[in-house]
Amino acid sequence: MGILEVDISGRVGNFTIVAQFCARPGVTALFGRSGAGKSTILKMIAGTVRPERGRISSARRVLFDSDAAVDLPPRTRGIGFVFQEGRLFPHMTVRRNLTYARWAGGRRGERRFDEVVALLGLEKHLNRHPATLSGGERQRVAIGRALLAEPEILLMDEPLSSLDRERRADILPYLEVVASQARIPILYVSHETDEVAQLADRVVAVEGGKVRAIGTPAEILRHDRQDGGEPVSILEGRVTERDERYGTITAMAGGATIELPEDALAVGSHVRLRIRASDVAIAITPQAGLSIRNQLAGTIETVERFGTFAEVTVSVGSERIVSRVTSKSADALGLVAGKPVFALVKVVSVEHGRLLRAD
Amino acid sequence: MSGVEIDILLLSAKVALAAIAFSLVPAFAVAWLLARRRFAGRALLEGLVALPLVLPPVVTGFALLLLFGARGPLGQLFENLFGLTFAFRWTGAALAAGVMAFPLIVRPIRLSLEAVDQGLEEAAATLGADRMVVFLTVTLPLALPGLLAGAVLGFAKALGEFGATITFVSNIPGETQTLSLAIYALLQSPEGDAAALRLILLSIVLALGAVLASEWVARSLAKRLNDGNP
Repeated sequence: MGILEVDISGRVGNFTIVAQFCARPGVTALFGRSGAGKSTILKMIAGTVRPERGRISSARRVLFDSDAAVDLPPRTRGIGFVFQEGRLFPHMTVRRNLTYARWAGGRRGERRFDEVVALLGLEKHLNRHPATLSGGERQRVAIGRALLAEPEILLMDEPLSSLDRERRADILPYLEVVASQARIPILYVSHETDEVAQLADRVVAVEGGKVRAIGTPAEILRHDRQDGGEPVSILEGRVTERDERYGTITAMAGGATIELPEDALAVGSHVRLRIRASDVAIAITPQAGLSIRNQLAGTIETVERFGTFAEVTVSVGSERIVSRVTSKSADALGLVAGKPVFALVKVVSVEHGRLLRAD
Repeated sequence: MSGVEIDILLLSAKVALAAIAFSLVPAFAVAWLLARRRFAGRALLEGLVALPLVLPPVVTGFALLLLFGARGPLGQLFENLFGLTFAFRWTGAALAAGVMAFPLIVRPIRLSLEAVDQGLEEAAATLGADRMVVFLTVTLPLALPGLLAGAVLGFAKALGEFGATITFVSNIPGETQTLSLAIYALLQSPEGDAAALRLILLSIVLALGAVLASEWVARSLAKRLNDGNP
């Protein structure tokens, strides 16, 4: 299936949006802090906010073109939209909500109702009303409802932000499955590094209404410093070993061997690892007598200083790991580009998610 | 109950039901305009709708007489178009009751329309529904409690309407003499007190029944909307 192409500009209040990017089948995250204009861009694609100039097109149709005076209403844009607050119809059962696009929207397609229901684990809830569902269940219904609209593009506006941490962790695997099966572009708006790191194939970083950078999650998150946030290194790899006794696994990622806590994943599974820059220490010699089990030999690529802190990017095989140390230690250890070092990462500070798409 | 009393009751019911039946749709339309649209003359419409509530009923009745009487412009129009006359007929009583009840019907509908989350309508549109379908499947069902409340309130008002009715269509037994007009007539005659008391009790029972019924309907609707499982 096709590509969503966006090249728009427009003012909303006294805020200017300028966005140019394209989204292939898979998950493209619109990433940026609250108020950066991510949701407005999404609404412009959905047709609920009108850009001033530009063009938006999907595989099968032109959704908006200011030169050709094309501006399709939301209902004919072939989209599925998952709202932050779910927006389920309170007077309908889950089943009626899920099938709304079919009986009220006239959408038909090959996606089977039973499959979507099973995918999202909604079998037991079909005859309930939204008010009796938990927040996580409601959001799953909202996702199912959008999928059953047979969208050519799926738009998700911070679908997890109304949920608490635990529920978020509950629903992320469902999103992961949806993403892995999608043959359509999914635009996923979020300001959460973890969600983006876990779900996105590509990231469009948005700042002040404009696209700041486009790249892989690893490329974008490695340099993310917004909102006092810290860079996160993303490594993709395969599980090579399991230690049943201690409940850890070892993953190979681009030449780096990393141990992490996990007791469910089988050998051979694809994982995406996340390591925060402040969880990485640097040593110039291999260390003994230390509890830190991940000692990754590499070479310093760059050292960037931000006053008290310095961010050291170490290339380990084909991957890169960012470490945040004090400028004082950087000087004390003589950290400069080209120097061979060891990146030290505690097993417990490696976060991960299974990557179904690569399986 | 005597035959006369039953006739009075049936006439009152006929008048009130006709009043509601014909004012519900325009009331919904006006409520929708006031709740959803910003347009020039909105304040004027708002005032016009509230007018019967604040005007002395006699004035409203007289205005109806001028407009819808046998020689009134609208009265002649309706007679020519539909063969429908209002002056001194039960239809006139229904018209007076409908006009007087109108603001009471509009208000709850307007409130419930304002309470409908327009985000839900937006969601329905992204799922492919056109405006009419969105209205029928989302807006209308969610505004239903207000619609019912308006209908019940309007019905109660129509049932008890007095001033505008007696001014417009007079107090004609069997034609325009509804419950409250009959009570009034009985109180005017020296030995009518006992008969009036019976009608008064009847109207209390009716009013109480209407209120209880509307409470029950509103509660079961709210239940269906909020915690599911009707």
